[in-house]
Amino acid sequence: MIRRRKADDHRSGMDYLENLPRKVVVVYLPLFIFVFVLLFPFYWMAICAFKTNEELHAYKGLAGMWVWEPTLDNIRRLFFETEYPAWMWNTMLVTVVSTFLSLFCAVCAAYAIERLRYKGSRYVGMAIFLAYLVPPSILFIPLAKMVYALDIFDTNLALILTYPTILIPFCTWLLMGYFRSIPYELEECALVDGATRLQILTKIVLPLAVPGLISAGIFAFTLSWNEFIYALTFISSAENKTVPVGIVTELISFDVYDWGGLMAGALFGSLPVAILYSFFVEHYVSSMTGAVKE
Amino acid sequence: MAVLSASGREVQQVDWRKRLLHNRTFLGLLFMLPAAALLLTFLTFPLGYGVWISLTDEKVGRGGAFVGLENYGWLFEDSVFWLSVFNTFLYTVVASIIKFVLGLWLAMLLNHHLPFKAFLRAIVLMPFIVPTVLSALAFWWIYDSQDSVISWILIELGLMDETIDFLGDPWNARWSVIAANIWRGIPFVAITLLAGLQTISPSLYEAATIDGASEWQRFRHITLPLLTPIIAVVMTFSVLFTFTDFQLIWVMTRGGPINATHLMATLSYQRAIVGGSLGEGAAIATAMIPFLLAAILFSYFGLQRRKWQQGGRDD
Repeated sequence: MIRRRKADDHRSGMDYLENLPRKVVVVYLPLFIFVFVLLFPFYWMAICAFKTNEELHAYKGLAGMWVWEPTLDNIRRLFFETEYPAWMWNTMLVTVVSTFLSLFCAVCAAYAIERLRYKGSRYVGMAIFLAYLVPPSILFIPLAKMVYALDIFDTNLALILTYPTILIPFCTWLLMGYFRSIPYELEECALVDGATRLQILTKIVLPLAVPGLISAGIFAFTLSWNEFIYALTFISSAENKTVPVGIVTELISFDVYDWGGLMAGALFGSLPVAILYSFFVEHYVSSMTGAVKE
Repeated sequence: MAVLSASGREVQQVDWRKRLLHNRTFLGLLFMLPAAALLLTFLTFPLGYGVWISLTDEKVGRGGAFVGLENYGWLFEDSVFWLSVFNTFLYTVVASIIKFVLGLWLAMLLNHHLPFKAFLRAIVLMPFIVPTVLSALAFWWIYDSQDSVISWILIELGLMDETIDFLGDPWNARWSVIAANIWRGIPFVAITLLAGLQTISPSLYEAATIDGASEWQRFRHITLPLLTPIIAVVMTFSVLFTFTDFQLIWVMTRGGPINATHLMATLSYQRAIVGGSLGEGAAIATAMIPFLLAAILFSYFGLQRRKWQQGGRDD
């Protein structure tokens, strides 16, 4: 904290070079445009979720930027006339279970690689990093065949078992960094006192790595909430779909698009991650930068 | 006596187990087991299995026979496949370059002394957090041929007379999906580069300013060299995920109009799952692997360089 303030002081020391009008043009104006462009799609999504059908398709110029006759009809239809609640439940279930499964696997693996340092652990660490770089879009065809052969096609289990392949490499990589920062002496003391490795992991390392666990956990949650191609390929019946897949495949009929309903679906599908995000911004940032830094 | 020897044997057994539990290699393997089981079954195996499927003429619901490189031969003469390769490269190169330039710019803006800095950073990251499919839906609506809000604003400002057909015209559609991808990718680049910028000591800039360096010189000779390692890694990730993108395209255009926006990933899905030719789809997916390997090697050397620059161990 002290260090950061010092750095800030240095920077404000350079600020004398920038007078206010110049700063407005060079910093605030571009920044405002960036923020506007980055946020506008969400604003439009939220606004259109409350618009009536007439208002959605009526050209009104700049007056179209606001809702003049807000309606909850889109949302009512979404929740009571489609299977949206079921999709929401499926997404929640799959996301939570695969996140915890991945965290468990990642904690064990990261501890083994970073602290047990068994033979070849360095190469396994490299392999984990490489696994992080394997994209789902080259795996979905063989995985679809496997899912079919295992008789879990069109079930939540198919997603619960395949999502960790995206999450484990990321979580392991992140946790390895956190474990590395915990002093080795703590473990040595415990070992001398006769603690087992499992006790060391659960009583010493994990409590110290809680911020890392939260970072990895919420990032994994976001990633699996976001997942699309596996859910699109492995799930066929409407009631088993996840939110992203359900909206894209079930709510889009061929000729007339129900834009209000689609925007409402997109808005409510984004809310859980947005709320989680608002509570853990710092953890998100540290997990994002942590994954790149190491 | 018998009791004594039995307990003696027990002690020995316990001792053997205890020793095993202190053996690092055994413990290491034990701890690795859950992750390894999942990753080997659902990641490593399908990676190889996909290559095998690409060598068969398998269709959905019918087993395939080994046909060697026949699928690749067909792809080689398939103009749609080459179009998708072209699209993928255009999409990746253009989007990555713009993402990098705008992302670096945004990172440098955010690195200024600003009020509400943490709040701004949180807001900027939003496009990255919200599920891609759902923001792609919003973009689909923004790009609507009749009721596009962009057309509305342009007409209102008097810059246009009629609505723009964003996704109906091949080149319009290409630029539109690229724009959506850039929008989605800027926050990741900006926030990770910002983390890199914050590690650069301000005293370097002060020293350079005193020596009379211009703003461009400070950027060129301090910021850029010190940021190079992290740029290499960030851009590798960015390129990798842009190259294999599926969601944005599938939601907004499904590869249309007339295959103008088909990427290799969407074409692979189209052929394998929608069309049912698993072998052909797998061949398209496998054709992406060489490019991914190139990106990974690039990343590996980027990381090496970073350690060497910081005087770290060379491992």
